[in-house]
Amino acid sequence: MKQLVIPDVSLGAVGPEIVLVVTAILLLLLEVFTARKEKGYLAYTALGGVLLASAMTANMNGYTEMNFSGMYVVDNFASFFKLVCLLGTGMTILVSVTYTINEGISNGEYYALLLFATSGMFFMISGSDMVTIFMGLEVMSISLYALAGYTRNREKSNEAALKYFVLGALASAFLLYGIALIYGATGSTKLAIIGDSLRTGIANYHLIIIGAALLVVGFGFKISAVPFHMWAPDVYQGAPAPVTAFMSSGPKAATFAAFLRVFNEALPSMQADWWQIFWILSVMTMTVGNIMALRQTDVKRMLAYSSIAHAGYILMGFTTGDWFGVSAILFYMLVYTFMNIGVFAVVTIVARKNEEKTTFEDYTGLGYKHPIIGVTLVVLLFSLIGIPPTAGFVGKFYIFMSALQQGYVWLVIIAVVNSVISVFYYLRLTIVMYMTEETTEALPSLSLSPSLVTALIISIYGSLWLGVMPSSYITFAQAASLIP
Amino acid sequence: MLTVNHYLALSGILFVIGTVGVLSKRNIIVVMMCIELMLNAVNLTFITFANYLNDMTGHLFVFMVMAVAGAEAVVGLAIVVALFRNRETLNIDKLNILKN
Repeated sequence: MKQLVIPDVSLGAVGPEIVLVVTAILLLLLEVFTARKEKGYLAYTALGGVLLASAMTANMNGYTEMNFSGMYVVDNFASFFKLVCLLGTGMTILVSVTYTINEGISNGEYYALLLFATSGMFFMISGSDMVTIFMGLEVMSISLYALAGYTRNREKSNEAALKYFVLGALASAFLLYGIALIYGATGSTKLAIIGDSLRTGIANYHLIIIGAALLVVGFGFKISAVPFHMWAPDVYQGAPAPVTAFMSSGPKAATFAAFLRVFNEALPSMQADWWQIFWILSVMTMTVGNIMALRQTDVKRMLAYSSIAHAGYILMGFTTGDWFGVSAILFYMLVYTFMNIGVFAVVTIVARKNEEKTTFEDYTGLGYKHPIIGVTLVVLLFSLIGIPPTAGFVGKFYIFMSALQQGYVWLVIIAVVNSVISVFYYLRLTIVMYMTEETTEALPSLSLSPSLVTALIISIYGSLWLGVMPSSYITFAQAASLIP
Repeated sequence: MLTVNHYLALSGILFVIGTVGVLSKRNIIVVMMCIELMLNAVNLTFITFANYLNDMTGHLFVFMVMAVAGAEAVVGLAIVVALFRNRETLNIDKLNILKN
Protein backbone atom coordinates (compact mmCIF):
# COMPACT_ATOMS: atom_id res chain seq x y z
CA MET A 1 0.00 0.00 0.00
CA LYS A 2 1.21 3.46 -0.85
CA GLN A 3 1.82 5.75 2.05
CA LEU A 4 0.37 9.23 2.10
CA VAL A 5 3.25 11.64 2.57
CA ILE A 6 2.40 15.08 3.85
CA PRO A 7 5.07 17.48 2.59
CA ASP A 8 6.80 20.04 4.78
CA VAL A 9 4.78 23.21 4.93
CA SER A 10 6.28 26.37 6.34
CA LEU A 11 3.66 29.07 6.55
CA GLY A 12 6.32 31.62 7.52
CA ALA A 13 7.51 31.67 3.91
CA VAL A 14 4.11 32.83 2.69
CA GLY A 15 3.63 35.29 5.56
CA PRO A 16 3.35 38.40 3.37
CA GLU A 17 0.80 36.68 1.13
CA ILE A 18 -1.26 35.65 4.15
CA VAL A 19 -1.21 39.24 5.43
CA LEU A 20 -2.35 40.57 2.04
CA VAL A 21 -5.18 38.08 1.60
CA VAL A 22 -6.40 38.42 5.21
CA THR A 23 -6.39 42.22 4.89
CA ALA A 24 -8.35 41.95 1.64
CA ILE A 25 -10.99 39.70 3.23
CA LEU A 26 -11.13 42.02 6.24
CA LEU A 27 -11.76 44.94 3.89
CA LEU A 28 -14.65 43.09 2.28
CA LEU A 29 -16.19 42.55 5.72
CA LEU A 30 -15.59 46.11 6.90
CA GLU A 31 -17.16 47.39 3.71
CA VAL A 32 -20.49 45.82 4.69
CA PHE A 33 -20.49 47.21 8.22
CA THR A 34 -19.34 50.75 7.42
CA ALA A 35 -21.55 53.73 6.78
CA ARG A 36 -20.99 55.37 3.39
CA LYS A 37 -19.54 58.53 4.88
CA GLU A 38 -16.91 56.75 6.94
CA LYS A 39 -15.42 54.65 4.17
CA GLY A 40 -12.30 56.80 3.92
CA TYR A 41 -10.47 54.75 6.52
CA LEU A 42 -10.70 51.55 4.44
CA ALA A 43 -7.85 52.88 2.27
CA TYR A 44 -5.63 53.25 5.31
CA THR A 45 -6.50 49.72 6.45
CA ALA A 46 -5.32 48.48 3.06
CA LEU A 47 -2.20 50.62 3.36
CA GLY A 48 -1.52 49.10 6.79
CA GLY A 49 -1.68 45.62 5.26
CA VAL A 50 0.75 46.64 2.53
CA LEU A 51 3.19 48.12 5.05
CA LEU A 52 3.06 45.00 7.24
CA ALA A 53 3.65 42.79 4.20
CA SER A 54 6.59 45.01 3.18
CA ALA A 55 8.16 44.69 6.62
CA MET A 56 7.81 40.91 6.52
CA THR A 57 9.22 40.72 2.98
CA ALA A 58 12.16 42.95 3.88
CA ASN A 59 12.82 40.66 6.85
CA MET A 60 13.11 37.66 4.53
CA ASN A 61 15.86 39.33 2.54
CA GLY A 62 19.00 37.21 2.46
CA TYR A 63 17.53 33.81 3.08
CA THR A 64 16.72 31.13 0.56
CA GLU A 65 14.21 28.39 1.04
CA MET A 66 12.20 25.97 -1.09
CA ASN A 67 8.74 25.24 0.17
CA PHE A 68 5.51 23.36 -0.50
CA SER A 69 7.34 20.42 -2.11
CA GLY A 70 9.42 22.64 -4.33
CA MET A 71 6.55 24.72 -5.71
CA TYR A 72 7.38 27.91 -3.89
CA VAL A 73 10.76 29.53 -3.40
CA VAL A 74 11.81 32.43 -1.21
CA ASP A 75 15.06 34.10 -2.29
CA ASN A 76 16.58 37.55 -2.73
CA PHE A 77 15.31 37.76 -6.30
CA ALA A 78 11.74 37.20 -5.13
CA SER A 79 12.07 39.59 -2.19
CA PHE A 80 13.30 42.40 -4.44
CA PHE A 81 10.45 42.03 -6.92
CA LYS A 82 7.92 41.70 -4.09
CA LEU A 83 9.11 44.96 -2.59
CA VAL A 84 8.78 46.66 -5.99
CA CYS A 85 5.22 45.34 -6.30
CA LEU A 86 4.34 46.48 -2.77
CA LEU A 87 5.76 49.92 -3.56
CA GLY A 88 3.49 50.06 -6.60
CA THR A 89 0.43 48.91 -4.64
CA GLY A 90 1.10 51.30 -1.75
CA MET A 91 1.50 54.29 -4.03
CA THR A 92 -1.61 53.29 -5.99
CA ILE A 93 -3.63 53.23 -2.76
CA LEU A 94 -2.37 56.72 -1.89
CA VAL A 95 -3.36 57.99 -5.34
CA SER A 96 -6.78 56.30 -5.12
CA VAL A 97 -7.96 57.81 -1.81
CA THR A 98 -9.34 61.04 -3.25
CA TYR A 99 -10.15 59.47 -6.59
CA THR A 100 -12.61 56.95 -5.13
CA ILE A 101 -14.29 59.67 -3.06
CA ASN A 102 -14.58 62.06 -6.02
CA GLU A 103 -15.92 59.41 -8.37
CA GLY A 104 -18.36 58.07 -5.77
CA ILE A 105 -17.26 54.45 -6.17
CA SER A 106 -17.46 52.30 -3.06
CA ASN A 107 -14.11 51.67 -1.47
CA GLY A 108 -13.97 48.23 0.08
CA GLU A 109 -13.94 46.02 -2.99
CA TYR A 110 -11.60 48.34 -4.82
CA TYR A 111 -8.82 48.00 -2.25
CA ALA A 112 -9.59 44.32 -1.73
CA LEU A 113 -9.09 43.72 -5.47
CA LEU A 114 -5.80 45.65 -5.39
CA LEU A 115 -4.55 43.44 -2.56
CA PHE A 116 -5.76 40.21 -4.19
CA ALA A 117 -3.94 41.22 -7.37
CA THR A 118 -0.80 41.86 -5.30
CA SER A 119 -1.00 38.43 -3.66
CA GLY A 120 -1.29 36.92 -7.15
CA MET A 121 1.88 38.76 -8.16
CA PHE A 122 3.66 37.34 -5.12
CA PHE A 123 2.82 33.77 -6.09
CA MET A 124 3.99 34.48 -9.61
CA ILE A 125 7.28 35.96 -8.43
CA SER A 126 7.97 33.12 -6.00
CA GLY A 127 6.65 30.30 -8.17
CA SER A 128 9.24 27.62 -8.92
CA ASP A 129 6.64 25.39 -10.51
CA MET A 130 4.51 26.17 -13.55
CA VAL A 131 1.36 25.51 -11.47
CA THR A 132 2.20 28.26 -8.98
CA ILE A 133 3.21 30.70 -11.70
CA PHE A 134 0.02 30.07 -13.68
CA MET A 135 -2.27 30.37 -10.65
CA GLY A 136 -0.55 33.58 -9.52
CA LEU A 137 -0.86 35.01 -13.01
CA GLU A 138 -4.57 34.25 -13.10
CA VAL A 139 -5.30 35.65 -9.63
CA MET A 140 -3.51 38.83 -10.70
CA SER A 141 -5.16 39.04 -14.14
CA ILE A 142 -8.73 38.34 -13.02
CA SER A 143 -8.47 41.02 -10.31
CA LEU A 144 -7.13 43.42 -12.92
CA TYR A 145 -10.01 42.73 -15.37
CA ALA A 146 -12.44 43.68 -12.61
CA LEU A 147 -10.41 46.76 -11.66
CA ALA A 148 -10.19 48.00 -15.26
CA GLY A 149 -14.00 48.01 -15.44
CA TYR A 150 -14.46 49.31 -11.90
CA THR A 151 -16.14 52.61 -12.84
CA ARG A 152 -18.94 50.59 -14.37
CA ASN A 153 -21.11 53.51 -15.45
CA ARG A 154 -18.45 54.86 -17.78
CA GLU A 155 -18.57 53.38 -21.27
CA LYS A 156 -14.82 53.77 -21.74
CA SER A 157 -14.12 51.76 -18.62
CA ASN A 158 -16.48 48.96 -19.77
CA GLU A 159 -14.83 48.79 -23.13
CA ALA A 160 -11.32 48.75 -21.65
CA ALA A 161 -12.27 45.92 -19.27
CA LEU A 162 -13.76 43.83 -22.05
CA LYS A 163 -10.78 44.26 -24.37
CA TYR A 164 -8.39 43.47 -21.53
CA PHE A 165 -10.42 40.40 -20.60
CA VAL A 166 -10.63 38.89 -24.09
CA LEU A 167 -6.97 39.44 -24.97
CA GLY A 168 -5.78 38.51 -21.48
CA ALA A 169 -7.69 35.23 -21.56
CA LEU A 170 -6.30 34.53 -25.03
CA ALA A 171 -2.78 35.12 -23.69
CA SER A 172 -3.42 32.81 -20.73
CA ALA A 173 -4.55 30.06 -23.10
CA PHE A 174 -1.35 30.41 -25.14
CA LEU A 175 0.77 30.34 -21.99
CA LEU A 176 -1.09 27.27 -20.79
CA TYR A 177 -0.61 25.41 -24.06
CA GLY A 178 3.09 26.19 -23.86
CA ILE A 179 3.22 24.80 -20.32
CA ALA A 180 1.34 21.66 -21.45
CA LEU A 181 3.81 20.98 -24.27
CA ILE A 182 6.82 21.52 -22.03
CA TYR A 183 5.25 19.21 -19.47
CA GLY A 184 4.79 16.60 -22.17
CA ALA A 185 8.39 16.89 -23.31
CA THR A 186 10.02 16.79 -19.87
CA GLY A 187 7.48 15.03 -17.66
CA SER A 188 7.45 17.72 -15.01
CA THR A 189 6.19 21.21 -14.36
CA LYS A 190 8.94 22.02 -11.85
CA LEU A 191 11.37 24.55 -13.27
CA ALA A 192 14.46 22.83 -11.84
CA ILE A 193 13.51 19.40 -13.21
CA ILE A 194 12.67 20.88 -16.63
CA GLY A 195 16.12 22.48 -16.64
CA ASP A 196 17.81 19.19 -15.72
CA SER A 197 16.04 17.12 -18.34
CA LEU A 198 16.96 19.68 -20.98
CA ARG A 199 20.59 19.60 -19.91
CA THR A 200 20.78 15.81 -20.07
CA GLY A 201 19.09 15.89 -23.45
CA ILE A 202 16.33 13.36 -22.77
CA ALA A 203 13.57 15.84 -23.60
CA ASN A 204 11.80 16.00 -26.94
CA TYR A 205 13.43 19.02 -28.54
CA HIS A 206 10.63 19.91 -31.00
CA LEU A 207 7.97 20.01 -28.31
CA ILE A 208 10.21 22.19 -26.16
CA ILE A 209 10.78 24.67 -28.99
CA ILE A 210 7.04 25.04 -29.69
CA GLY A 211 6.28 25.21 -25.97
CA ALA A 212 8.90 27.91 -25.34
CA ALA A 213 7.58 29.93 -28.28
CA LEU A 214 4.05 29.77 -26.86
CA LEU A 215 5.40 30.86 -23.46
CA VAL A 216 7.01 33.90 -25.10
CA VAL A 217 3.65 34.76 -26.70
CA GLY A 218 1.80 34.39 -23.38
CA PHE A 219 4.27 36.42 -21.34
CA GLY A 220 4.71 38.88 -24.22
CA PHE A 221 1.02 39.73 -24.05
CA LYS A 222 1.22 40.46 -20.34
CA ILE A 223 4.28 42.73 -20.61
CA SER A 224 2.80 44.34 -23.77
CA ALA A 225 5.71 43.49 -26.05
CA VAL A 226 5.20 44.26 -29.76
CA PRO A 227 3.51 42.51 -31.67
CA PHE A 228 1.32 41.49 -28.71
CA HIS A 229 0.74 45.04 -27.49
CA MET A 230 -2.54 46.03 -29.16
CA TRP A 231 -4.58 45.85 -25.94
CA ALA A 232 -2.34 48.21 -23.97
CA PRO A 233 -3.29 51.64 -25.43
CA ASP A 234 -7.04 50.98 -25.25
CA VAL A 235 -6.93 49.55 -21.74
CA TYR A 236 -4.62 52.26 -20.39
CA GLN A 237 -6.87 54.94 -21.84
CA GLY A 238 -10.17 53.50 -20.67
CA ALA A 239 -9.32 52.18 -17.21
CA PRO A 240 -9.54 54.50 -14.17
CA ALA A 241 -6.27 56.48 -13.91
CA PRO A 242 -5.07 54.97 -10.58
CA VAL A 243 -5.73 51.48 -11.95
CA THR A 244 -3.69 52.35 -15.03
CA ALA A 245 -0.87 53.45 -12.73
CA PHE A 246 -1.15 50.13 -10.93
CA MET A 247 -1.20 48.06 -14.14
CA SER A 248 1.90 49.71 -15.50
CA SER A 249 4.00 48.94 -12.41
CA GLY A 250 3.38 45.87 -10.24
CA PRO A 251 1.84 43.41 -12.70
CA LYS A 252 4.52 44.22 -15.22
CA ALA A 253 7.29 43.67 -12.67
CA ALA A 254 5.72 40.37 -11.56
CA THR A 255 5.40 39.14 -15.15
CA PHE A 256 9.03 40.05 -15.83
CA ALA A 257 10.02 38.16 -12.67
CA ALA A 258 8.19 35.00 -13.74
CA PHE A 259 9.48 35.40 -17.30
CA LEU A 260 13.07 35.66 -16.00
CA ARG A 261 12.69 32.73 -13.64
CA VAL A 262 11.21 30.44 -16.29
CA PHE A 263 13.84 31.25 -18.89
CA ASN A 264 16.81 31.30 -16.51
CA GLU A 265 15.94 28.22 -14.48
CA ALA A 266 13.98 25.99 -16.83
CA LEU A 267 15.35 26.86 -20.25
CA PRO A 268 18.92 28.16 -19.72
CA SER A 269 20.40 25.55 -22.07
CA MET A 270 18.46 27.16 -24.93
CA GLN A 271 20.03 30.58 -24.43
CA ALA A 272 21.81 30.28 -27.79
CA ASP A 273 18.39 30.07 -29.47
CA TRP A 274 16.36 32.57 -27.54
CA TRP A 275 18.68 35.57 -27.39
CA GLN A 276 17.85 36.28 -31.03
CA ILE A 277 14.11 36.19 -30.33
CA PHE A 278 14.52 38.63 -27.46
CA TRP A 279 16.79 40.83 -29.57
CA ILE A 280 14.08 41.17 -32.23
CA LEU A 281 11.28 41.55 -29.65
CA SER A 282 13.20 44.25 -27.82
CA VAL A 283 13.95 46.28 -30.96
CA MET A 284 10.37 46.00 -32.24
CA THR A 285 8.87 46.87 -28.86
CA MET A 286 10.89 50.02 -28.26
CA THR A 287 10.68 51.27 -31.83
CA VAL A 288 6.94 50.77 -32.32
CA GLY A 289 6.20 52.11 -28.83
CA ASN A 290 8.19 55.29 -29.34
CA ILE A 291 7.00 56.00 -32.88
CA MET A 292 3.33 55.42 -32.07
CA ALA A 293 3.61 57.62 -28.97
CA LEU A 294 4.62 60.55 -31.18
CA ARG A 295 1.19 60.92 -32.75
CA GLN A 296 -1.09 60.54 -29.71
CA THR A 297 -3.38 63.33 -28.53
CA ASP A 298 -4.49 61.67 -25.31
CA VAL A 299 -1.97 61.74 -22.45
CA LYS A 300 -3.02 58.37 -21.01
CA ARG A 301 -2.69 56.78 -24.44
CA MET A 302 0.70 58.42 -24.94
CA LEU A 303 1.83 57.02 -21.60
CA ALA A 304 0.61 53.57 -22.69
CA TYR A 305 2.91 53.66 -25.71
CA SER A 306 5.69 55.04 -23.53
CA SER A 307 5.26 52.07 -21.20
CA ILE A 308 5.46 49.73 -24.21
CA ALA A 309 8.74 51.44 -25.16
CA HIS A 310 10.09 50.98 -21.63
CA ALA A 311 9.20 47.27 -21.81
CA GLY A 312 11.43 47.22 -24.89
CA TYR A 313 14.38 48.65 -22.93
CA ILE A 314 13.82 46.08 -20.19
CA LEU A 315 13.80 43.27 -22.77
CA MET A 316 17.39 44.28 -23.60
CA GLY A 317 18.33 42.80 -20.23
CA PHE A 318 16.77 39.50 -21.31
CA THR A 319 18.90 39.41 -24.43
CA THR A 320 22.13 39.39 -22.43
CA GLY A 321 20.94 36.48 -20.28
CA ASP A 322 23.63 36.95 -17.61
CA TRP A 323 23.36 38.14 -14.01
CA PHE A 324 24.47 41.67 -14.93
CA GLY A 325 21.51 42.01 -17.28
CA VAL A 326 19.17 40.61 -14.64
CA SER A 327 20.36 43.11 -12.03
CA ALA A 328 19.85 45.90 -14.58
CA ILE A 329 16.26 44.72 -15.09
CA LEU A 330 15.67 44.69 -11.33
CA PHE A 331 17.00 48.21 -10.89
CA TYR A 332 15.08 49.53 -13.90
CA MET A 333 11.82 48.05 -12.63
CA LEU A 334 12.29 49.85 -9.28
CA VAL A 335 13.04 53.18 -10.96
CA TYR A 336 10.18 52.75 -13.41
CA THR A 337 7.68 52.11 -10.59
CA PHE A 338 8.71 55.30 -8.82
CA MET A 339 8.49 57.60 -11.84
CA ASN A 340 5.54 56.10 -13.70
CA ILE A 341 3.11 56.07 -10.77
CA GLY A 342 4.08 59.69 -10.08
CA VAL A 343 3.19 60.67 -13.64
CA PHE A 344 -0.15 58.88 -13.38
CA ALA A 345 -0.80 60.62 -10.05
CA VAL A 346 -0.49 63.95 -11.87
CA VAL A 347 -2.75 62.63 -14.67
CA THR A 348 -5.31 61.68 -12.00
CA ILE A 349 -5.19 65.17 -10.53
CA VAL A 350 -5.52 66.97 -13.86
CA ALA A 351 -8.25 64.64 -15.20
CA ARG A 352 -10.74 65.89 -12.57
CA LYS A 353 -14.19 64.36 -12.21
CA ASN A 354 -15.20 61.59 -14.64
CA GLU A 355 -11.72 61.74 -16.18
CA GLU A 356 -12.71 64.16 -18.90
CA LYS A 357 -9.50 66.17 -19.09
CA THR A 358 -6.87 63.81 -20.41
CA THR A 359 -5.90 65.34 -23.75
CA PHE A 360 -2.78 67.43 -24.34
CA GLU A 361 -4.85 70.64 -24.55
CA ASP A 362 -6.01 70.15 -20.99
CA TYR A 363 -2.43 70.68 -19.81
CA THR A 364 -2.25 74.15 -21.38
CA GLY A 365 -0.74 76.66 -18.97
CA LEU A 366 -0.63 74.10 -16.15
CA GLY A 367 2.93 75.14 -15.31
CA TYR A 368 1.83 78.71 -14.50
CA LYS A 369 -1.50 78.01 -12.83
CA HIS A 370 -0.12 75.26 -10.61
CA PRO A 371 3.66 75.71 -10.46
CA ILE A 372 4.33 72.88 -8.00
CA ILE A 373 2.40 70.27 -9.98
CA GLY A 374 4.05 71.57 -13.14
CA VAL A 375 7.58 71.21 -11.78
CA THR A 376 6.78 67.75 -10.40
CA LEU A 377 5.53 66.56 -13.77
CA VAL A 378 8.58 68.00 -15.55
CA VAL A 379 10.99 66.20 -13.21
CA LEU A 380 9.13 62.91 -13.67
CA LEU A 381 9.03 63.32 -17.47
CA PHE A 382 12.78 64.08 -17.49
CA SER A 383 13.28 60.87 -15.54
CA LEU A 384 11.21 58.95 -18.10
CA ILE A 385 13.36 60.43 -20.89
CA GLY A 386 16.51 59.53 -18.97
CA ILE A 387 18.17 62.91 -18.47
CA PRO A 388 20.85 63.05 -15.76
CA PRO A 389 20.74 63.42 -12.76
CA THR A 390 17.41 61.60 -12.63
CA ALA A 391 16.97 57.93 -11.80
CA GLY A 392 15.73 57.18 -15.32
CA PHE A 393 19.21 58.01 -16.62
CA VAL A 394 20.96 55.60 -14.24
CA GLY A 395 18.47 52.85 -15.03
CA LYS A 396 18.92 53.24 -18.77
CA PHE A 397 22.69 53.61 -18.51
CA TYR A 398 22.92 50.42 -16.47
CA ILE A 399 20.76 48.38 -18.83
CA PHE A 400 22.62 49.69 -21.92
CA MET A 401 25.95 48.85 -20.24
CA SER A 402 24.84 45.28 -19.62
CA ALA A 403 23.98 44.86 -23.30
CA LEU A 404 27.25 46.50 -24.38
CA GLN A 405 29.33 44.19 -22.18
CA GLN A 406 27.87 41.19 -24.00
CA GLY A 407 28.75 42.79 -27.33
CA TYR A 408 25.27 43.79 -28.53
CA VAL A 409 26.52 47.06 -30.02
CA TRP A 410 23.73 47.41 -32.58
CA LEU A 411 21.06 46.82 -29.97
CA VAL A 412 22.48 49.64 -27.85
CA ILE A 413 22.70 51.98 -30.86
CA ILE A 414 19.04 51.32 -31.71
CA ALA A 415 18.06 51.88 -28.06
CA VAL A 416 19.92 55.21 -27.91
CA VAL A 417 18.22 56.38 -31.12
CA ASN A 418 14.91 55.37 -29.55
CA SER A 419 15.67 57.37 -26.41
CA VAL A 420 16.21 60.40 -28.62
CA ILE A 421 12.85 59.84 -30.34
CA SER A 422 11.17 59.61 -26.94
CA VAL A 423 12.42 63.12 -26.07
CA PHE A 424 9.98 64.56 -28.63
CA TYR A 425 6.75 63.35 -27.11
CA TYR A 426 7.71 63.81 -23.46
CA LEU A 427 8.89 67.36 -24.16
CA ARG A 428 5.74 68.07 -26.16
CA LEU A 429 3.79 67.79 -22.92
CA THR A 430 6.24 70.16 -21.20
CA ILE A 431 5.90 72.65 -24.07
CA VAL A 432 2.12 72.53 -23.81
CA MET A 433 2.39 73.20 -20.09
CA TYR A 434 4.72 76.19 -20.31
CA MET A 435 4.78 77.67 -23.79
CA THR A 436 1.22 77.78 -25.14
CA GLU A 437 -1.40 80.45 -24.71
CA GLU A 438 -3.70 79.94 -21.79
CA THR A 439 -7.27 79.09 -22.63
CA THR A 440 -9.96 81.38 -21.32
CA GLU A 441 -12.19 78.43 -20.43
CA ALA A 442 -12.72 78.32 -16.67
CA LEU A 443 -11.87 74.88 -15.31
CA PRO A 444 -12.77 73.53 -11.89
CA SER A 445 -9.80 73.84 -9.56
CA LEU A 446 -7.52 70.90 -8.87
CA SER A 447 -8.03 68.99 -5.65
CA LEU A 448 -4.83 68.06 -3.85
CA SER A 449 -5.15 65.83 -0.82
CA PRO A 450 -2.45 64.88 1.71
CA SER A 451 -2.34 61.31 0.40
CA LEU A 452 -1.81 62.44 -3.21
CA VAL A 453 0.94 64.81 -2.09
CA THR A 454 2.59 61.94 -0.20
CA ALA A 455 2.51 59.77 -3.34
CA LEU A 456 4.06 62.61 -5.38
CA ILE A 457 6.78 63.19 -2.78
CA ILE A 458 7.66 59.48 -2.76
CA SER A 459 7.91 59.36 -6.54
CA ILE A 460 9.98 62.57 -6.72
CA TYR A 461 12.25 61.24 -3.99
CA GLY A 462 12.70 57.97 -5.89
CA SER A 463 13.26 59.65 -9.24
CA LEU A 464 15.94 61.98 -7.88
CA TRP A 465 17.60 60.05 -5.05
CA LEU A 466 18.08 56.90 -7.14
CA GLY A 467 19.68 59.12 -9.78
CA VAL A 468 22.09 60.89 -7.44
CA MET A 469 22.94 58.09 -5.01
CA PRO A 470 22.11 54.84 -6.82
CA SER A 471 24.98 52.71 -5.46
CA SER A 472 23.23 51.14 -2.46
CA TYR A 473 20.18 50.25 -4.55
CA ILE A 474 22.36 48.82 -7.30
CA THR A 475 24.20 46.69 -4.73
CA PHE A 476 20.80 45.50 -3.50
CA ALA A 477 19.74 44.67 -7.06
CA GLN A 478 22.99 42.82 -7.74
CA ALA A 479 22.60 40.74 -4.59
CA ALA A 480 19.09 39.86 -5.74
CA SER A 481 20.06 38.87 -9.27
CA LEU A 482 22.23 35.84 -8.50
CA ILE A 483 19.78 33.18 -9.60
CA PRO A 484 21.20 29.69 -8.96
CA MET B 1 -5.84 1.91 -32.33
CA LEU B 2 -5.76 5.38 -30.82
CA THR B 3 -2.29 6.55 -29.87
CA VAL B 4 -1.01 9.59 -27.99
CA ASN B 5 -0.48 11.37 -31.28
CA HIS B 6 -4.17 11.17 -32.14
CA TYR B 7 -5.15 12.87 -28.91
CA LEU B 8 -2.47 15.51 -29.32
CA ALA B 9 -3.60 16.20 -32.87
CA LEU B 10 -7.21 16.52 -31.72
CA SER B 11 -6.30 18.97 -28.95
CA GLY B 12 -4.12 20.95 -31.36
CA ILE B 13 -7.00 21.20 -33.84
CA LEU B 14 -9.42 22.27 -31.08
CA PHE B 15 -6.95 24.90 -29.90
CA VAL B 16 -6.59 26.33 -33.41
CA ILE B 17 -10.39 26.38 -33.89
CA GLY B 18 -10.70 28.29 -30.61
CA THR B 19 -8.00 30.78 -31.57
CA VAL B 20 -9.53 31.44 -34.96
CA GLY B 21 -12.92 31.87 -33.28
CA VAL B 22 -11.62 34.44 -30.78
CA LEU B 23 -10.00 36.43 -33.56
CA SER B 24 -12.83 36.27 -36.11
CA LYS B 25 -16.18 36.03 -34.26
CA ARG B 26 -18.08 39.28 -33.65
CA ASN B 27 -20.38 38.29 -30.80
CA ILE B 28 -18.81 38.61 -27.34
CA ILE B 29 -20.56 35.52 -25.96
CA VAL B 30 -19.27 33.38 -28.84
CA VAL B 31 -15.78 34.78 -28.26
CA MET B 32 -15.99 33.69 -24.62
CA MET B 33 -17.09 30.22 -25.71
CA CYS B 34 -14.07 30.04 -28.00
CA ILE B 35 -11.80 30.93 -25.07
CA GLU B 36 -13.34 28.04 -23.11
CA LEU B 37 -12.69 25.79 -26.09
CA MET B 38 -9.02 26.79 -26.08
CA LEU B 39 -8.69 26.07 -22.36
CA ASN B 40 -10.36 22.69 -22.75
CA ALA B 41 -8.07 21.83 -25.65
CA VAL B 42 -5.16 22.48 -23.27
CA ASN B 43 -6.84 20.27 -20.66
CA LEU B 44 -6.99 17.44 -23.18
CA THR B 45 -3.25 17.88 -23.83
CA PHE B 46 -2.51 17.73 -20.12
CA ILE B 47 -4.60 14.59 -19.62
CA THR B 48 -3.00 12.90 -22.62
CA PHE B 49 0.51 13.58 -21.37
CA ALA B 50 -0.39 12.66 -17.79
CA ASN B 51 -1.71 9.31 -18.98
CA TYR B 52 1.27 8.74 -21.28
CA LEU B 53 3.85 9.67 -18.63
CA ASN B 54 1.91 7.98 -15.82
CA ASP B 55 2.26 11.15 -13.74
CA MET B 56 -0.27 12.98 -11.57
CA THR B 57 0.89 16.57 -12.20
CA GLY B 58 -1.11 16.79 -15.40
CA HIS B 59 -4.31 15.82 -13.63
CA LEU B 60 -3.63 18.41 -10.95
CA PHE B 61 -3.09 21.08 -13.57
CA VAL B 62 -6.42 20.27 -15.22
CA PHE B 63 -8.28 20.92 -11.98
CA MET B 64 -6.48 24.24 -11.60
CA VAL B 65 -7.38 25.20 -15.18
CA MET B 66 -11.03 24.31 -14.63
CA ALA B 67 -11.20 26.48 -11.50
CA VAL B 68 -9.52 29.36 -13.31
CA ALA B 69 -11.82 29.00 -16.32
CA GLY B 70 -14.82 29.24 -13.99
CA ALA B 71 -13.53 32.37 -12.27
CA GLU B 72 -12.65 33.91 -15.60
CA ALA B 73 -16.12 33.26 -17.01
CA VAL B 74 -17.73 34.90 -13.96
CA VAL B 75 -15.70 38.09 -14.27
CA GLY B 76 -16.05 38.10 -18.05
CA LEU B 77 -19.85 37.78 -17.95
CA ALA B 78 -20.05 40.51 -15.28
CA ILE B 79 -18.08 42.82 -17.57
CA VAL B 80 -20.40 41.93 -20.48
CA VAL B 81 -23.49 42.72 -18.34
CA ALA B 82 -22.05 46.10 -17.28
CA LEU B 83 -21.21 46.87 -20.90
CA PHE B 84 -24.63 45.83 -22.18
CA ARG B 85 -26.37 48.14 -19.70
CA ASN B 86 -24.52 51.15 -21.11
CA ARG B 87 -24.26 50.28 -24.78
CA GLU B 88 -26.95 47.68 -25.55
CA THR B 89 -24.74 45.82 -27.98
CA LEU B 90 -22.79 42.58 -27.98
CA ASN B 91 -20.99 43.28 -31.25
CA ILE B 92 -17.26 43.68 -30.82
CA ASP B 93 -16.97 45.87 -33.93
CA LYS B 94 -19.14 48.52 -32.29
CA LEU B 95 -16.77 48.84 -29.34
CA ASN B 96 -14.59 51.53 -30.80
CA ILE B 97 -14.82 54.64 -28.63
CA LEU B 98 -11.26 54.14 -27.37
CA LYS B 99 -9.05 55.55 -30.06
CA ASN B 100 -6.68 58.38 -30.73
